[in-house]
Amino acid sequence: MNLEIILRSGLSTGTILIFAAIGEILTELSGIQNLGVEGMMLVGAMAAFKTSLATGNPWIGLLVGVAAGGLLSLAHAVVTIHFQADQVVSGLSLTFLGTGLALVLGEGLTGQNAPLIPNFTIPLLSQIPWVGRVFFSDLNLLVYIGYLFIPIAWWYIYKTRPGLHLRAVGEKPAAADSLGVSVYGTRYLYTFIGGCLAGLAGSSISIAISPGWYSSQTTSGQGWIAVALVIFAQWNPLRAALGGYLFGMLRRFMLDLQGPMILFGAPNPFFYNHNLAFFLQMAPFLLTIIALVLGSASSRRQRIGAPAALGVPYVRGERD
Amino acid sequence: MSLPFHLQVEKRLEDPPRWLPVATSVGAIVLAFLISGIILLLIGGDPVKTFQYFYNAAFGSWGALSDVIVKATPLLLIGLGCGIAFRMKLWNIGAEGQFFIGAFCASLVPLVPLMNMETTPRAVVLLVMALFGMIGGALYGFIPGFLKAKFNVSEIISTLMLNYVAVYWNNYWIYSTFSDAGFQMTKMFPKSAWLPRLADLAQQNRAFSGITLHLGVVFGLVAAVILTHIINHSRWGYEITLIGDNPKAAEYAGIDIKRNIILVFMLSGALAGLAGMSEVSGVVHRLQERISTNYGFSGVIVAWLAKLNPLATILVSFLFGALIVAGREIQPSGLYFLIQGTILFLVISSDVLLRYRIRFVRTSSEAA
Repeated sequence: MNLEIILRSGLSTGTILIFAAIGEILTELSGIQNLGVEGMMLVGAMAAFKTSLATGNPWIGLLVGVAAGGLLSLAHAVVTIHFQADQVVSGLSLTFLGTGLALVLGEGLTGQNAPLIPNFTIPLLSQIPWVGRVFFSDLNLLVYIGYLFIPIAWWYIYKTRPGLHLRAVGEKPAAADSLGVSVYGTRYLYTFIGGCLAGLAGSSISIAISPGWYSSQTTSGQGWIAVALVIFAQWNPLRAALGGYLFGMLRRFMLDLQGPMILFGAPNPFFYNHNLAFFLQMAPFLLTIIALVLGSASSRRQRIGAPAALGVPYVRGERD
Repeated sequence: MSLPFHLQVEKRLEDPPRWLPVATSVGAIVLAFLISGIILLLIGGDPVKTFQYFYNAAFGSWGALSDVIVKATPLLLIGLGCGIAFRMKLWNIGAEGQFFIGAFCASLVPLVPLMNMETTPRAVVLLVMALFGMIGGALYGFIPGFLKAKFNVSEIISTLMLNYVAVYWNNYWIYSTFSDAGFQMTKMFPKSAWLPRLADLAQQNRAFSGITLHLGVVFGLVAAVILTHIINHSRWGYEITLIGDNPKAAEYAGIDIKRNIILVFMLSGALAGLAGMSEVSGVVHRLQERISTNYGFSGVIVAWLAKLNPLATILVSFLFGALIVAGREIQPSGLYFLIQGTILFLVISSDVLLRYRIRFVRTSSEAA
């Protein structure tokens, strides 16, 4: 077990969660809850892998993966914004739809090798002692894009005018509407952006960070963990980033626990009884629940949390 | 360009006609098959042949029909459980996990064994197994219910996470303590732990030979009748519906919402747990990794498509049983999910027709 390996693995796999979670944060801040992240990620992963395989260019694959996630999210947008359908049920059906589409269109992709988005070492920064070696050398390009994306998302949401409009639409749509901000337009836009980011998260699995197409196992529930991360992060991209990286590290740590014969000076039970590993595999999901319990307790104390109009359809001229 | 009429969408002030919800559900299913057919056509398949194959695989013979009912049984129980929770706007997406834990607890009876499997009458064994399944599912449903009532933890996330936990929990036991000679399954249950099948009557009536239909479906039908009664004729049913429709009014009326959240979650879990028992005792006769064809999630769709009505759930689960039976025979395998997702999407979109009416309005000459 090696701290550097765990850290670097956390940075890589955490990036996937962070793209998806920040996308969902943007969507939810506009007042739309989209639980279809898992489905959109899977479609994104499939589309990116298939396109990269067909064109030989992973960047075109990435673009198509992002677009596929975005397109799928529009189905949710139409149904929840215009038809005012229940957002929970619509999000769930989006997951089914996405899974179905990805499995049908992804027939025969398993076991193929598509061109991948490369790893990269950043000059100069990688020369910094220890930090350079861990954070800036030989990581996937998308991991670095993640580094940049997190502060930009935070700045956009809290420090810019469009960000203010976004939050207004999620908190008090009627007030935003009366000030001339288009509620429907804003919600469509950020549902679409959330879908694109889920597509990006899926693509960064299949053609970058843990490459390959393994049908529904490709995402293996990470979309749901991203949704949980949003609540844990209290809709703040910086907290989402912290949570995402920590979660990635934790997963790697659980995996590494099974390796050594001696663990913390005692015989390692996970080494001698491989079946105990099932309890290690449970741990991330149990920890997500515990994080939610802690998160919801603290958010109640500080009176911050979900956008006030989250999940509530907006009809002009109707009182809530 | 000017048309002699235009479409006008307006809110319905009165209740929609009674036939409309049925019509929209049926329309959604038909449309879902059409769309899936088009997608099949686009990827180079033959939709007509596929759907013919679908039909034959599901209804082509008595054996196939019995298979459909066998597959519909867990869907019915889970759909009922989800339906009662959804009535209260409790999103129990954890039926899959409650199903696994129910199957596990029921399996403890013959595997440990908790009673003498040779001498105890079969009816007693089966009753105890059913009880264990229900208790297991109820306890597993208690967790998200408690977390929701006490800490306001989103039940969607907690139930989903608990699904994964339940699968790993089961795997631990079937890979270790209860493993049959190192295989990833337990040994076969003794006959006294098997739910009776129609095939058992083959000696009296040759027509029943090979028919796998088992008693579990009766559990589902009885549960549907009881739930209908609870919803329509009991105080508790009224409370559940009121909390779902208007939690504020329910609170003012002095209804204990937190208590109901936990109770309804436990009922929902108990039904899923009973489905798990019915599956291990009636179909596979052992505990193994693959006992569910995504029943937990399909149950969500079944409940919604049935508009949370227990009796309608019987019909819808039958349809979805047919989808599963046919789906395992056709390629590509994802088609089953695709049709499910499309159906659900169309159903929730069509709900707009229940709340709004669309009218053709003649455009007056001066406006044109």
